Amino acid sequence: MNIKLHVWRQKNGADAGKIVDYDAPDISPDMSFLEMLDVVNERLITKGEDPIAFDHDCREGICGMCGMMINGTPHGPRKATTACQLHMRSFKDGDEIWIEPWRASAFPVVKDLVVNRGAFDRIIAAGGFVSVPAGSPPDGNAIPVPKMNADLAMDAAACIGCGACVAACPNGSAMLFTSAKVAHLARLPQGQPERDTRALRMVNQMDAEGFGGCTNVGECEAACPKEITLENIALMNRDYIKATAVYRKERAGGD
Amino acid sequence: MAIKLESKIPDGPVEQAWDKHRFDMKLVNPANKRKYSVIVVGSGLAGGAASATLAELGYNVSCFCYQDSPRRAHSIAAQGGINAAKNYQNDGDSIHRLFYDTVKGGDYRAREANVHRLAQISVNIIDQAVAMGVPFAREYGGTLANRSFGGAQVSRTFYARGQTGQQLLLGAYQALERQIGLGKVKMYPRHEMLDLIVIDGRARGIVTRDMVTGKVASHVADAVVLGTGGYGNVFYLSTNAKGCNVTSIWRAYKKGAALANPCYTQIHPTCIPVSGDHQSKLTLMSESLRNDGRIWVPLKKGDTRRPDQIPEAERDYYLERKYPRFGNLVPRDVASRNAKQVCDEGRGVGETGLGVYLDFADAIKRLTEGGVRERYGNLFDMYERITDENPYKVPMRIFPAIHYTMGGTWVDYNLMSTLPGLHVIGEANFSDHGANRLGASALMQGLADGYFILPYTIGDYLARTKLDKITPDHPECKKVEAEVNGQTKKLLGIGGKRTVDSFHRELGKLLWEKCGMARNKAGLTEAIEKIPSIREEFWQNVKVLGGGEELNQSLEKAGRVADFLEFGELMCRDALHREESCGGHFREEYQTPEGEALRNDDDFAYVAAWEYAGEGKAPILNKEALEFHAVHLTQRSYK
Ligand SMILES: Cc1cc2nc3c(=O)[nH]c(=O)nc-3n(C[C@H](O)[C@H](O)[C@H](O)COP(=O)(O)OP(=O)(O)OC[C@H]3O[C@@H](n4cnc5c(N)ncnc54)[C@H](O)[C@@H]3O)c2cc1C
Ligand code: FES
Repeated sequence: MNIKLHVWRQKNGADAGKIVDYDAPDISPDMSFLEMLDVVNERLITKGEDPIAFDHDCREGICGMCGMMINGTPHGPRKATTACQLHMRSFKDGDEIWIEPWRASAFPVVKDLVVNRGAFDRIIAAGGFVSVPAGSPPDGNAIPVPKMNADLAMDAAACIGCGACVAACPNGSAMLFTSAKVAHLARLPQGQPERDTRALRMVNQMDAEGFGGCTNVGECEAACPKEITLENIALMNRDYIKATAVYRKERAGGD
Repeated sequence: MAIKLESKIPDGPVEQAWDKHRFDMKLVNPANKRKYSVIVVGSGLAGGAASATLAELGYNVSCFCYQDSPRRAHSIAAQGGINAAKNYQNDGDSIHRLFYDTVKGGDYRAREANVHRLAQISVNIIDQAVAMGVPFAREYGGTLANRSFGGAQVSRTFYARGQTGQQLLLGAYQALERQIGLGKVKMYPRHEMLDLIVIDGRARGIVTRDMVTGKVASHVADAVVLGTGGYGNVFYLSTNAKGCNVTSIWRAYKKGAALANPCYTQIHPTCIPVSGDHQSKLTLMSESLRNDGRIWVPLKKGDTRRPDQIPEAERDYYLERKYPRFGNLVPRDVASRNAKQVCDEGRGVGETGLGVYLDFADAIKRLTEGGVRERYGNLFDMYERITDENPYKVPMRIFPAIHYTMGGTWVDYNLMSTLPGLHVIGEANFSDHGANRLGASALMQGLADGYFILPYTIGDYLARTKLDKITPDHPECKKVEAEVNGQTKKLLGIGGKRTVDSFHRELGKLLWEKCGMARNKAGLTEAIEKIPSIREEFWQNVKVLGGGEELNQSLEKAGRVADFLEFGELMCRDALHREESCGGHFREEYQTPEGEALRNDDDFAYVAAWEYAGEGKAPILNKEALEFHAVHLTQRSYK
């Protein structure tokens, strides 16, 4: 099939950037979306033009490295599918496709479709963990975990940290990402001792990074390739409110 | 200069070796740990766990990865599970049994003492991961669930749906982020290690390129740890992530760290077949599928009927037929070779004839569709996304693909290479898997190395070694930086006609044909002759656009492919010299009348550790003899 691409090209963070048009003839429907970009890039290089920079690694929908707006939707048209797992059979011959980077003030563009998602790591560093150093923890079966809780924890833990939720949100909010980690650990007995401080610190960090607030639009849930649900946000809000009552000092950013 | 391979295996029975060794090791007192610095390259299970643990102990750690976040290391892609000798299922498992299965599964080409230690530590890993909040699958009673995996007759594999690697890695990543937050680890994402700094015969640092700004810089420390993963991408098409590379261990090899058993590569039997020339990578379907799926091909050659139109009597469930005891759960190398064999006989399925069926019809009858979805839902979804076929209705088509590399940097019992101060962990070392790794043991090894072994052994090294203070403006650092800058300039200046990928594909295809699932003398000799000419053309005709001082993905790839082009040759040399078949290394000349791998223990029961002899010189082969006391060498049989 023949496709027409409109791709965001931006040399670096300081460059203004613009949409550039490319023809992509002879594309096989069995190609993945990124393989289509590979082919376009090989042709660009051969012509002596700078290839399109885009992030990717595993190409099987699990590392969360890939991510781009495809016709205005994070990761493109297929539900619960990352850009690397999207196949060209989701498009038709003659289609025009607009490809742009994630747009959010907390994710500055590095080059073309590549953005800096370091803010996500800093949110985790603020509290997205259980503080148990390697050593001699109790036997794995010492604390039984109801299967339902383990399953709910796993549902939330499936987040791949790609940033589609932020890109989809009109406010550029990171609530879905942050709440997924809060909920994963809140559902397990191991996460209880730090439950309050975790919610507080992660939310504070999220705000400090310049992500927008949540106004319950729900676009994040629709865009999430791993189908993380809004329920997590509700849980985090509850935990946060409870924690603010308990830890006033932390909320004020105290020690 | 021939190096000396001192394995440093403690004396005495293997069961006591690790405990004894832990006692014999020198300790660094807590106040002194704060004075030491360690560089860890890699943030996968091995590197991530090691960085977090070293920082918890008090060391100052710098951790590097090429992705934009340490959470994206390729360990994230592991699906199936992690082994541990917990015997929670009361089915007769024990540390000794896991040890035995691993030595046997590795076709008796691993070190007994290392494997035993791994089996011992396996139980701590599960406890640790649970305590960190890894959401392993549970039974209704709240206890941990298990499944079985190839090469074992007990259920000892722990899992988190089909995302075990993701969840274990996120556990290590979270511990790492905690230490980053505490200021004990300095994290360098989007930094690629391009060379090693050796001062006074010891590894003291690395030279990296900042992949965003292009800045080349030196980082120095008291010890260096490489946890940079496997080199499967030398074949171009593999189940590895696109960025996986051999650069760090190859550069270390050139600086004196011997490379062991590079020809031991693992082909995974259950991957989605290639669909066309545009193919950029291969996707694994977890081996756990072999628990419930049945593998078959048509009995007749060239049978083009749809699978549902082939009656039961005209199907050949060849693994169940040939290996009644293990059936579909034979080890990976056996399953892969048998798939190749039936395809070579013209009984392969799918458009290319390079595929076999993995059929869930019986499992769906037994467990219902919902039951199968519960176990494998995400894998089935992934299959459908890629192939556009519904595996609940039509059998999956699978074919073997390169998946894991058992070879890697030679390390002693302390995980230190032949270059003092350089430690290598996880898939990057030549590891505990011998000539073939059993499923669900790589995660186990990476975490054992990272959480429980290296943090001790590195302390012993530091406590016993007097190190001078050095800074990044040491003349040696400047020299290595200049070499790295020189290579970048050279690559950008060639201005040839062919893309980096075209060379990578060419190399990969050659290696897959000559040094893949089956190898022979003629083919290997041919590859060894051809690779230098591909390399030569690369350095004259590759086209790398853009500059060095910016994000430049073609330049990154070019550097990796340049190293693959050298490494590939060593891999073929190793395969050629090993005149026997063992595990993943199948030499057509050496097989039993039934077509099974035929080992030659008299001549080849050793680790082949290759030493760099200088530009243009043949590498030197060093041998570490393998001794077996606790397990008897036998011809592997899964019949
Ligand atoms: C698809 C798939 C499924 C698998 N499933 C299983 C399974 O179910 N069970 C099991 O036990 N094993 C499985 N394995 C194997 C297992 O996942 C790996 O062997 C293991 O995770 C490797 O961990 P590692 O820490 O050694 O390396 P990796 O996780 O590969 O990490 C390597 C790290 O090194 C960094 N790095 C590499 N090169 C450089 C460089 N030059 N400069 C800077 N940084 C660098 C990377 O950024 C990364 O952080 C699977 C493997 C694959 C490919
Ligand atoms: S490349 Fe890993 S999720 Fe897409």
